[in-house]
Amino acid sequence: MRLMIPLAITFIAGMIMILNFFIPHQPFAFLGDNLQEWYMIVASGAIFLGAANLMHVHIRKIRLRLKNWEYSPVTIIGFLVMVVTGLVYGVTENRPFDYLFMNMVAPMGATMFSLLAFFVASAAFRAFRASNWRATLLLTSAFLVMLGQVPIGAMIWDKIPLAKVWLMSIPNTAGQRAVMIGAAMGVVSTSLRMIFGIERSYLGGAD
Amino acid sequence: MAGIYDKLSNLDRRIIFILIALAVIIPITTDLVIPNIVGQEPSRDLFEFVDSLPEGSIVIVSFDYDPSTMPELQPMAEAIVRHLFRDGHRIIGMALWPQGASLGQDAMSAFADSLGRAQYVDWVNMGYKTGGAVTIARLGTSMRAVFPTDRDNVPWDDIPMLRGVNNLEDIDLVISLSAGDPGIIHWVMMAKDRYGTPVGGGCTAVSAPQLYTYLQTDQMVGLLGGLKGAADYETLVGLLEGEATKGMSPQSVAHIVIMLFIVIGNVTYFMQKKKGGAR
Repeated sequence: MRLMIPLAITFIAGMIMILNFFIPHQPFAFLGDNLQEWYMIVASGAIFLGAANLMHVHIRKIRLRLKNWEYSPVTIIGFLVMVVTGLVYGVTENRPFDYLFMNMVAPMGATMFSLLAFFVASAAFRAFRASNWRATLLLTSAFLVMLGQVPIGAMIWDKIPLAKVWLMSIPNTAGQRAVMIGAAMGVVSTSLRMIFGIERSYLGGAD
Repeated sequence: MAGIYDKLSNLDRRIIFILIALAVIIPITTDLVIPNIVGQEPSRDLFEFVDSLPEGSIVIVSFDYDPSTMPELQPMAEAIVRHLFRDGHRIIGMALWPQGASLGQDAMSAFADSLGRAQYVDWVNMGYKTGGAVTIARLGTSMRAVFPTDRDNVPWDDIPMLRGVNNLEDIDLVISLSAGDPGIIHWVMMAKDRYGTPVGGGCTAVSAPQLYTYLQTDQMVGLLGGLKGAADYETLVGLLEGEATKGMSPQSVAHIVIMLFIVIGNVTYFMQKKKGGAR
């Protein structure tokens, strides 16, 4: 029974969504719309689960004095401050939540991502080698795209931005499309395997 | 001579970090200006599509990013919002990323007053909704079901600009400013492919190569890729003092410095290889 119920739910929900896609009429439209709303409700519930998990992990880390536990109080305090200000004052403009978000969360988030520039430069210096003809081709393409992506490229030679667009539109697109079609086929086959109960790993190891 | 190559190959990464920092700081502090030239790129396609919309069109702008990608995507948001307001279009703002709703509010309210656009008449922020692709699919059948109220809890029926808007077929254009998943790809799959609503967007520079496939097949009307895409849009809109346009100079110098590092790295690699071969 523990196995049959989740398998039946998966099969019924999956079949309804497939039928709703190909036959967007009643009763499949009604059933499909309802399932989509259920999904949004379940996904919203997952946010609370994530918040509870965050608290659990960091409280445990502090209690057991695990590695880097000193950062956990900062995480917990930051989380609680944002939750409380959001619940008490709301999330509209010019309220404490908005002030904290725009003046603390946003700049700190942007700073973290900006650090990538330093690591990219260091990694490119150490790893980007024209060691064979394929690597040389990659290196040449990277140079053209990097120059085409900034105005100085057009100042050096006005054909560089055109070369960038050509590289992105033709060779890049061919490669990307191959990867995307391959991945999509994988998604379709895995989904069908799950709907028909062949793939059961999502049940947590039950067989 | 061989000692120099050995030293270069073992260059302390802190030196690289300092040089990259200087490559960014010096152009900013010296107000170095490198004029941005907009060629026939996907950014121009998006601008021209927005420009061709009849006045009063309804456009969804989905702020599908968070502060980590804000330096690239927020200038895009501001330039697009300004363009839409200036041309008399109405904006339905929303977000598939939790923090995108606040960033979208900031972008829309920043220009609304100065351009005389009123909330609930010309623009509204519906806020964040979880669910990604499923949420977009549901927007295709009923937008009211997904957003019974806006971000400030104003009911759908009390918002004048939403009268007559039922689903994605009533939307003239969707612009997704996307930092990943969920984002542009899901808008293309659901809004464009399933409901026929035109989709355009902006993304970080690293995501742009993946999205070029949708441009070639006309599944997207245009694309802003990274800070250059944002600067292109600012240039086309006439925002010559925009954040992205100002960012083009430090980015240009930083790219040149990174390329010089790659050249130095390769020279040392080949010299050391030659030395090894001679032995």
